[in-house]
Amino acid sequence: MTQRTTTQTPTDRTDDRPTNEQATDAEPATDRSGSVADPVIESRDLDVYYGDDQALQNISFEIPEQQVTALIGPSGCGKSTFLRSINRMNDLIDVARVEGDLFFRGKNVYDDDVDPVALRRKIGMVFQKPNPFPKSIYDNVAYGLRVQGEDDGDLDEQVHTALERAALLDEVEGQLDTSGLELSGGQQQRLCIARAIAPDPEVILMDEPASALDPVATSKIEDLVEELAEEYTVVIVTHNMQQAARISDKTAVFLTGGRLVEFDDTDKIFENPEHDRVEDYITGKFG
Amino acid sequence: MSTDAPDLTNDGARSFRGIAFKTFFAVCAFLSILTTLAIIGTLLYDAVDFFAAVPPLEFLTGTEWTPSNEVYGVWPLISGTLIITFGSAAIALPIGLLTAIYLSEYATERRRAYLKPALEVLAGVPTVVYGYFALVYVTPVLDRILPLGTFNALSASIMVGIMIIPMVSSISEDAMSSVPDSLRQASYGLGATKFTVSTSVVVPAALSGILSSYILALSRAIGETMIVAIAAGMTPRMIDLTDPGGMFLESVQTMTAAMVQIGASDVVGQSTEYKSLFAVGLTLFVITFAMNLFSEWVSSRYREVYR
Repeated sequence: MTQRTTTQTPTDRTDDRPTNEQATDAEPATDRSGSVADPVIESRDLDVYYGDDQALQNISFEIPEQQVTALIGPSGCGKSTFLRSINRMNDLIDVARVEGDLFFRGKNVYDDDVDPVALRRKIGMVFQKPNPFPKSIYDNVAYGLRVQGEDDGDLDEQVHTALERAALLDEVEGQLDTSGLELSGGQQQRLCIARAIAPDPEVILMDEPASALDPVATSKIEDLVEELAEEYTVVIVTHNMQQAARISDKTAVFLTGGRLVEFDDTDKIFENPEHDRVEDYITGKFG
Repeated sequence: MSTDAPDLTNDGARSFRGIAFKTFFAVCAFLSILTTLAIIGTLLYDAVDFFAAVPPLEFLTGTEWTPSNEVYGVWPLISGTLIITFGSAAIALPIGLLTAIYLSEYATERRRAYLKPALEVLAGVPTVVYGYFALVYVTPVLDRILPLGTFNALSASIMVGIMIIPMVSSISEDAMSSVPDSLRQASYGLGATKFTVSTSVVVPAALSGILSSYILALSRAIGETMIVAIAAGMTPRMIDLTDPGGMFLESVQTMTAAMVQIGASDVVGQSTEYKSLFAVGLTLFVITFAMNLFSEWVSSRYREVYR
């Protein structure tokens, strides 16, 4: 509790998790002090710049384990930038620069001795547009395992398990050697989720994973996200406020200028936010 | 209202100009096709004359090429072309591909900004310069470590290889640059290194373009004339299948070089020797044409469709 430095946003850390969550079996066994799990990710005074433009200002909050944390806010508010700074995908952008600290299980991922490749093996990612490789379904799912040298076990079994967890196995069983590009958009996105979870990361980052999908495919992805939170810590960026309300336990609201305005239990954010600006955003008065 | 209606009719001159432009553009477009057809026609016309004197089977299976003795077996020339093509491919295909990977995946914007034009310059050097460079510099240097003749297939192959590197690297790089960034992101997101991203995602996704660049570069090497005529000499030599590598050390004659030799010599215009030029030319044309068709097929066969 002493680590909490979230100044703007006093977070409610009691045990009453939202009722729409599958309750008890989702609770981590290591839960201490009866309140909430250790933060998996902790952001402290994080600033991100693209060249001279500041995309994130002074972001401080903690993401709890085995829950779904939603990042919401209007376009350009920096929520995707924050997501990408967790697994250092921003490193791929030449002009991006990060100041401040971001801890993953107590280790600052921006320390000099951190290899982003090793970090990304612990933190999987699902992107806005489904981006399966132009390879077979099987090879797509096996890709991460092969890259990470974890394919010495029973690769077939690992691939099947990942597809099953991603709720795709029933639809593609027996045609694993067909191209991933031949699946529908929603199936492709679940394939990408299977690909992300196959190497068994600890955290899954999702950048608006359903924004390119139709309503039916979207609802499948949402169901899946809730199930994944039983085993993984999920951080999801979404434009869709109903989606955040439906699937997340915690919600962080970013507003223009790359500031985190409020972070709290999702129920609290949507029913009784502290800040008027958050209420205005959520009720659609702007954004 | 109707009295004020604007004049929207055609004044005639405009539609005439439209038709004139369309015709002019169409003529330009068909000009190159007509030229190609005319070339094929001439080749065929004189080749038919040649094959009246020399049975096609003898030409296509013969292993001796001595026009002065009226012996016209095309295989020594094909051997020469093959050895040059193989040698230059051994240089240009790997170096060209690695260059393309570097330019597309590793190089910073600034490096790419001067490396790409530098490669284009390499492609713009006249082949005669390459030819004399091979003869005057490459051969003497290699001669210190290898038992080379003054004219040899090795230095010619090396220079032809260097000449076609830009072709491989530029077309391959275009193909790699058009691989969607989302695929690289997916790979990085799974904990891949830059090397893995390049080799397991970018190269396979760009395979169709890479293979086309290979085939186009090979047809360029097959058709290359000046370098081989200058540096590889004029000795028709049948490949020794027990020691194909040994052929690199000696002087060879390619199909193109043989055509130059016949054309530049003082043979009589209607002689069989003169007509053999067209038979060899036709053979060359058929080979490169087949390779270009193959290239088309490969690039459509391996093309990935992205949404």
